Amino acid sequence: MTTDAVALENVKVSRSTKSSWAGLFVGVVVVLILATAPYVVGRGLQQNLVILFSLIVLGTMWNLLAGYGGMVSIGQQAYIGIGAYGLVVCGDIIGLDPFVSVALAVVIAGVISFPITFVAFRLSGGYFAIGTWVIAEVLRLIVMQVDVLGGGSGITFQAMSESMSPGRRIAYVYWLSLVAVVIAIAVTYLLMRSRLGLGFTAIRDDSVAAGSLGVRVVRSRRLVFVVSAMGCALGGAMIAASTLRVEPESLFSVQWSAFMIFIVVIGGIGTIEGPIVGAIIFFALQQWLSDLGTWYLVILGVLAIVITLYLPKGVWGLISGNGRIRLFPVGYTLKNPLEKYSLAGRAKKDIA
Amino acid sequence: MEWLNAVLQGILLGGLYALLAAGLSLMFGVMRIVNLAHGALAILAAYLGVVLSQNFGIPAFATLIVILPVMFGLGWVLQMTLLNKSLVRGGLAPILVTFGLAVVLIQLFQEIFSADFKSIQAGSIATNSIVINDQIAIGVFPLLTFVVGVAVIVALQLFLSRTRSGRAMRATSDDKDAAQLMGINNRRIYALATAIALTTVGLAGVFLGIRTQFNPTYGDVTLVFAFEAVIIGGLGSLWGTLVGGMVLGIAQTLGSQINPAYGILIGHLVFLAILVFRPTGLLPKAVNS
Repeated sequence: MTTDAVALENVKVSRSTKSSWAGLFVGVVVVLILATAPYVVGRGLQQNLVILFSLIVLGTMWNLLAGYGGMVSIGQQAYIGIGAYGLVVCGDIIGLDPFVSVALAVVIAGVISFPITFVAFRLSGGYFAIGTWVIAEVLRLIVMQVDVLGGGSGITFQAMSESMSPGRRIAYVYWLSLVAVVIAIAVTYLLMRSRLGLGFTAIRDDSVAAGSLGVRVVRSRRLVFVVSAMGCALGGAMIAASTLRVEPESLFSVQWSAFMIFIVVIGGIGTIEGPIVGAIIFFALQQWLSDLGTWYLVILGVLAIVITLYLPKGVWGLISGNGRIRLFPVGYTLKNPLEKYSLAGRAKKDIA
Repeated sequence: MEWLNAVLQGILLGGLYALLAAGLSLMFGVMRIVNLAHGALAILAAYLGVVLSQNFGIPAFATLIVILPVMFGLGWVLQMTLLNKSLVRGGLAPILVTFGLAVVLIQLFQEIFSADFKSIQAGSIATNSIVINDQIAIGVFPLLTFVVGVAVIVALQLFLSRTRSGRAMRATSDDKDAAQLMGINNRRIYALATAIALTTVGLAGVFLGIRTQFNPTYGDVTLVFAFEAVIIGGLGSLWGTLVGGMVLGIAQTLGSQINPAYGILIGHLVFLAILVFRPTGLLPKAVNS
């Protein structure tokens, strides 16, 4: 007993690890280097990076929903569409500043997604997944009936291309996307490190048990759903600002959800690093196999199935040695001077 | 009269939706799996029908002799390999695996058959109709689809209530551990359930292929309609699925009557309204998760 007491006095609970400090440093350096890209590289590469950044944002948001909130949605394209159309409405139709329009589009998505949760949360599991999809379809079918939004054939985003030269516009969109990536990751990281984050982890593992311990399950899920919707709208606004063309069939396409799911599952569900790794793999395959039409999706789909069944922690799980390296630690680590003390060793693994 | 005609056509369309949804309902009832590849598998059967009838000259309805056993076998293999494994993994795995399968199948259809619309040619039976008066005419084929839809639901219900395998399925559904203690092999019962579900999907796919022009994206549409029929009717109830299919069918044909562009939208809205005001569906049955 006495040795235990001594050992426990020396135990420190830590929220960071050596790898996370290194990760933060590398992360800041990478973002700073990426920020200089418009001065260094051409427009084509910048536009490609915008695609990659939007995939990271979307993957991060889907992971927030499924990996932390335990909700598999195949209807996140609803908010991608709202973000894109919101940008066009605020920027072109109302005539606001493009960057203010992006922020407003994100807020609009949050406001619309809130009442939607009251419908969608009536379903759970796989039925929740299809239910969110039906809601996205309803939005698509309604948008297609609105003439101001270009109906079924879509609308062109003009505010940015009228007020600045193409080179300048692409650089601004690039920086916007880079900021969006940082925001998406930072929000997820801070949310998961907060008291709420601990509750989310409990909900993901067993929502009934979490509820009985006082975690406000439905309220927490609602918060995650709304934040995820806002993040997807940010991604949608990025896509619209980059491609300048907003069409209901492509923005409200279920294919976006397929992209997000593949990115998260392949990268590693339930980690912040996973969607980043997954988005890079997805983007690389998409570019590499672009001559072969949609075969990259077949390959990614098969990969996602195999990884779900045989490697549930994804590629990041492999890289990090099943979570030993954490760039974004959201859990708690026990540091014990008596490393042999078995509980500490085990707790390190368990409290994640 | 126009409206009465729309309701009649809606009921008949509901028969097709019930036929499409029966397998989804059965798989959820037995295993609590929501098979997101359900629609893609129905379209797989429809494409098999196109290939067999066009390239091998087999009459449309005779293709069922080949397609149904193929779908039965496919269901068995699918359950024994991917799905049982995903059930062991638990959590989100069954949803992710069936969704991945759906995307892979639909992309493969795109690559093999292109995005062009195709249909299974069944000759005059697909176009004949019984004329009741100058405003109401009932298509022979939609009527046949409806009869087959009802027959499949009745047959599944009888199978579950009367046969030894059906009882084992219900027992596994109620408590899989207790069922296993009683000597039931859950993996085989699950495989049988999926095999039967995919057989009904095969039937539904061929009927869909005869009835309408379809392309790969119909895999998505089909899944959504089948899902709506199941939820409107009430989870876990096969009769509910039949009623749900008819409600959805009527909502769509009445919506199209108002404006052709509104049909599917109004179907979705009716579904959402039922979700809000009567979340257990029209004919609810207690489902223990």
